[in-house]
Amino acid sequence: MTTHIFKPDQPPPSKVFGPVAWMRQNLFSSWLNTLLTLLSLYLIWLIVPPLLNWSIFDANWVGTTRADCTKEGACWVFIQQRFGQFMYGYYPPELRWRVDLTVWLAVLGVAPLFISRFKRKAVYGIGFLVLYPIIAYFLLHGGAFGMPTVATSQWGGLMLTLVIATVGIAGALPLGILLALGRRSKMPAVKVVCVTFIEFWRGVPLITVLFMSSVMLPLFLPEGMNFDKLLRALIGVILFQSAYVAEVVRGGMQAIPKGQYEAASAMALGYWRSMGLVILPQALKMVIPGIVNTFIALFKDTSLVIIIGLFDLLNSVKQAAADPAWLGMATEGYVFAALVFWIFCFGMSRYSMHLERKLDTGHKR
Amino acid sequence: MQNQIGAPKQGLSLTDPRVRAWLFQIITIVAVVGMGWFLFNNTQTNLQHRGITSGFDFLERSAGFGIAQHLIDYTESDSYARVFLIGLLNTLLVSIIGIILATLLGFVIGVARLSPNFMINKLATVYIEVFRNIPPLLQILFWYFAVFLTLPGPRAAHGFMDSFYVSSRGLNMPAALAAPGFWPFVISVILAIVGIVLMSKWATKRFEATGEPFHKFWVGLAILIVVPALCSLIFGAPVHWEKPELKGFNFVGGWVLIPELLALTLALTVYTAAFIAEIVRSGIKSVSHGQTEAAHSLGLRNGPTLRKVIIPQALRVIIPPLTSQYLNLAKNSSLAAGIGYPEMVSLFAGTVLNQTGQAIEVIAITMSVYLAISISISLLMNWYNKRIALIER
Repeated sequence: MTTHIFKPDQPPPSKVFGPVAWMRQNLFSSWLNTLLTLLSLYLIWLIVPPLLNWSIFDANWVGTTRADCTKEGACWVFIQQRFGQFMYGYYPPELRWRVDLTVWLAVLGVAPLFISRFKRKAVYGIGFLVLYPIIAYFLLHGGAFGMPTVATSQWGGLMLTLVIATVGIAGALPLGILLALGRRSKMPAVKVVCVTFIEFWRGVPLITVLFMSSVMLPLFLPEGMNFDKLLRALIGVILFQSAYVAEVVRGGMQAIPKGQYEAASAMALGYWRSMGLVILPQALKMVIPGIVNTFIALFKDTSLVIIIGLFDLLNSVKQAAADPAWLGMATEGYVFAALVFWIFCFGMSRYSMHLERKLDTGHKR
Repeated sequence: MQNQIGAPKQGLSLTDPRVRAWLFQIITIVAVVGMGWFLFNNTQTNLQHRGITSGFDFLERSAGFGIAQHLIDYTESDSYARVFLIGLLNTLLVSIIGIILATLLGFVIGVARLSPNFMINKLATVYIEVFRNIPPLLQILFWYFAVFLTLPGPRAAHGFMDSFYVSSRGLNMPAALAAPGFWPFVISVILAIVGIVLMSKWATKRFEATGEPFHKFWVGLAILIVVPALCSLIFGAPVHWEKPELKGFNFVGGWVLIPELLALTLALTVYTAAFIAEIVRSGIKSVSHGQTEAAHSLGLRNGPTLRKVIIPQALRVIIPPLTSQYLNLAKNSSLAAGIGYPEMVSLFAGTVLNQTGQAIEVIAITMSVYLAISISISLLMNWYNKRIALIER
């Protein structure tokens, strides 16, 4: 009996698979592509080695004063020395544990919401949203339970940036949802008021809003009533941001099929209950990525408080760079600030994309 | 509802949706008016106590400070109204330059992002992810304090072709001054444009009648070059160039773009271009590949496929978000207050407000200018959008 002997397998064709084939397809498929590839390689060669030299290989890493910046590249000693100021501003160094504790509480408090097996998310979330701001306020501001008061004028750095951004979005969400409901309302007076409000805030730059809240708000209030600078800025930010949130939420409400509205009416639900139990839960879920995006925009916009003299991360860097003891360190300072902002914004935008995929449960038809 | 099933008409009841709607609207209006009155009343009292007289009289008074860049003539004795005008013009200047440059850069990068070439694709992605995640104000401060102000002074300026100089004082370049041939040149350009419009109309008519195509673009370009060139041959050059020259510690003559303007334009362009690139990419991707195949099967080559099939459809998706990016750029130009470029906010809402103390009037004027800019850009873009929108049959 003869057994059939298979011939050995041939190697895969090198022109279709493997790194060489990949390069032929993606980098050198035509003379134009080859030219573009060479051009980009030249561009990378032009940018990357000097950048690495400046930021890592020729950089100064250890030292305490300006005199230690002897090498040609960046002087990260400056960042090390001023790190506390960039993170906490003029918050008293011996009390900075309170800021750290506030951040850790936020991280630990939010963590259960990301565990998918945790059941009572809604109850827990609302409880957290009510309790956390109170705890955070007393921790940061003090003045109770034997903790010394730290005036908001001493707040600064990344901490202030985070405070403005989170308070801004937390305050803007409820206002924005109400405005979105008002804009979709069938009552002309309510609709006109909401549309005017939204379009006004969307039409002016945040900088003028901050100017307004810092110079005009004191004129608007009854005599004797006075807000501090941070609160005035926060009011401006919340009003401004609520208009953007309102537009995002409206987008979500418009994407809900009409049948849902009709079904809610058919169940004899009134306006508030049909909105609260049927429409908004679906609409808000759909617009979470959009809200994260407005939050990213707000996070970047918090840097504008520099104009009204609050010391957020950017302003702390600007101040430190103007210090005579550290002249010529502007580049390092701005690069550091840019890196911090970039990490936050890039992280959030990736998270928003992830949410978009996860929440896509089939309203798109 | 009860009326429909024949029930007798009842009196006003809180369960009637119409009554409730009326009630709700009345409450809203009363609340808004009451709020307005409350604020107005407080403001009145506060202004009286502080001894500030309201009104727009201050616009007539003399400003008494110098401005680094003014597109129209200005001296320190000019009025605040003229300062306002200068601020407005500077805002418009930055916005228009920024919009043009950001559109060009954004389209190039957006197309690069779609390139099948791995390197180009990744470079474009890195550009977008880096620049759109850094606050624009930070970028402006970076370009200004870390780049332009650290350039060497005028005496050690980097020169190009003996006419462009980059230094810490900005970019010095030759100025175009009107020569005798200037007005004939302007007239010839207008004539050329009229000619192009007539030619294009004729070509379209012929195309619709006979189906014969005509090289509108190349013939138009030829008209635009040949007619003004002939004119300047006959009447002499339209402008003569005045080169900047180093005298003492600074340049004399020519035009100068101040470093504030350069930093602001560069930062806004780079930042907005990252967003425009993403818009362009998603717009082009939204046109399905079937469209390309359909165009090819009709016998269109690659060029006409792109120009007549892909781009018109992609533009419909691109225009609305592009508009809001333009609006953002115009609004972001107010960040110039961070580096002291004399535009609306830093000049008018900053310096003028500090000098006069007329907070309400100044802020109101500034905000209405931005509202007006926003509304005009969105009206313009809505009109354009309507023109190119899909006509459904």
